[in-house]
Amino acid sequence: MSLIAAKGIDKEYQTGEAAVKALKGISFEIAPASFVSFIGPSGSGKTTLLNLIGCLDKPTKGKLEVADTDVLHLDRKQSALFRGNNIGFIFQDFNLLPVLTVYENIEYPLLMVQSAPASERKKRVTALLNAVGMIDQKDKYPDQISGGQKQRVAIARALVTNPKLVLADEPTANLDHKTAYMVIELMKKMRDEFRTTFIFSTHDQKIVGEAEIIFTLEDGNLLDRHVEGGKRNE
Amino acid sequence: MSNLLKIAIRNLLRYKRRTLLTASLITVGVVFVLVFISVSSSFKNMMIGQITDSVIGHLQVHRKGYVASIENLPLNLNLKAGAAAKLENILNKQLEIESYSPRIKFGGMFSNFVETTNIRLNGIYPDKELKTVPLLASRVTDGKRVLDKGDIWIPELLAKGMKVKVGDTIVVVATNKDGSVNGKQFIVSGVLESVTGPGGRDGYIHIDDAMEVLRMEEMGISEIAIRLKDFGKLNSFSKKLDGLLSKELNQQDKPVFELHTWEKLSPFYNIARMIDVMTFFIKLMLIAIVLISIMNVMIMAVYERIREIGTIAAIGTLPGKILNMFVIEGFCLGIVGAVIGNVAGIVLIFILNTLKITFNFGQQQGLILQANVNPADIAAISVTVIIVSIIASLQPAFKASRMEPIKALRHV
Repeated sequence: MSLIAAKGIDKEYQTGEAAVKALKGISFEIAPASFVSFIGPSGSGKTTLLNLIGCLDKPTKGKLEVADTDVLHLDRKQSALFRGNNIGFIFQDFNLLPVLTVYENIEYPLLMVQSAPASERKKRVTALLNAVGMIDQKDKYPDQISGGQKQRVAIARALVTNPKLVLADEPTANLDHKTAYMVIELMKKMRDEFRTTFIFSTHDQKIVGEAEIIFTLEDGNLLDRHVEGGKRNE
Repeated sequence: MSNLLKIAIRNLLRYKRRTLLTASLITVGVVFVLVFISVSSSFKNMMIGQITDSVIGHLQVHRKGYVASIENLPLNLNLKAGAAAKLENILNKQLEIESYSPRIKFGGMFSNFVETTNIRLNGIYPDKELKTVPLLASRVTDGKRVLDKGDIWIPELLAKGMKVKVGDTIVVVATNKDGSVNGKQFIVSGVLESVTGPGGRDGYIHIDDAMEVLRMEEMGISEIAIRLKDFGKLNSFSKKLDGLLSKELNQQDKPVFELHTWEKLSPFYNIARMIDVMTFFIKLMLIAIVLISIMNVMIMAVYERIREIGTIAAIGTLPGKILNMFVIEGFCLGIVGAVIGNVAGIVLIFILNTLKITFNFGQQQGLILQANVNPADIAAISVTVIIVSIIASLQPAFKASRMEPIKALRHV
């Protein structure tokens, strides 16, 4: 059974009077607990596709199901609720809230989105702080920690609600290679530990190999689906 | 809600200088309005107090048609004894009334045996009059503050002009309603400080002396001045008494009495109204200050935090919570401005009172400014500031809540 099922997805943007087709009839399926990468050059449609999967945008045409939900027909509020309960996000620029501490940033989705009770919040945030190795930094603010540490916090924040899916758009773009590798390893470790599907986009060839399933995009077309080294099969 | 409040406060503290400037602007507005309201309302209350407690009283009852001719002090429009008794009977039953004072008002000639001039006189029962207009005694700047039969209190301008002193004998000559002239000697027992407004330059004699000068066999009352226990109930009592008096009809089935509040009898009511209008516009200015400053700062806050808005929206924060987050920021700014402004305003008013600033009102000089802080004003200003702060935050907050996360995340 698929976690994500996309069939004939088109996405068209209107730029002035010209229509630009960012995705052209894309179809794929992703199974639960996969570690997937979308690769391709800039403008190939990676971010657009992640936005569609993340219910941040809607396809112009086609069918898209995420976690058994037809996300095309969700309204604004339903989309927000769906994201809050099913999807975690990791951003290229980390996007931590500067007024919240590391602990509070991780706690935010439980507190403000899921309204989880205090005891559960404490349990889950502490577990994730330990899992990403940031327990010692929990009272620091984002501007007091390094880029790699910020991304660890972002991973913990993405996982704290126990989502079915974590989307990471270029999660290593602002990190040096060593840190980038560590972040990808951490994501993989989290996948193993929490059985969460991770999908990330990248154009960094050095870390692409860390993915178990690689989708290659070019000019809005899905060119290739590659299962890496038989580490994991669908 | 406490978490939203925490985030809002931290976001405000994040831009300390901007928050401080905005809160300061609101504070200055609140201080200005509070001090203005306190000073102007104190001035207004003092002015009303001077007018009502020195001369007019809170209300006056006349025979129907008297007020229209009040400049002539028409004796033929005085209340006859029977009507006056009926009126006093009605007034005696009203628990709201502190006291009332019947008056005979007339114009006459005043002579010091060398010069003669005209004078307006009030024949009064001194004990009733001093209860009804308690500041009258304090207007006696020279002489005794008790008015006996055969005594006259004269206005100071007349005393100066006619070179009359306390203890001098003078003559008052008046024409009665039948047209015959009579005169009576009086001893000047007091010189009255003039007050601004109708009756402020009148002289006073005992009512029995007035009847004698006017050769009244039966007392005819020009007016009855009324003082209420609670001035705040003036309008409600006025309506009630008007209702009672309107039932008293003459033989032509027309009302015998007419009732007027001080507002109808004194031109200074318009000044009081003007002060109210000015206060209203000052309040409007405060609203504009709060509205513009908070809206400006919240628009800036939303613009600067577009990516953050995108992030929390992507994470799944509902639009309503994003809206609340920004509205609470505006609310906090309003609260801070209102609290500091009120405290600073109260301190400033205390300092103003300590300085004992004096001012003049018409003929009265050296009145000390006594600005009072009314808790109702503080509450009204605070509520206004807070409500306007929330309203000012709504538009930027709504914009933030409606932001497409995908567009917000792309914002550079």
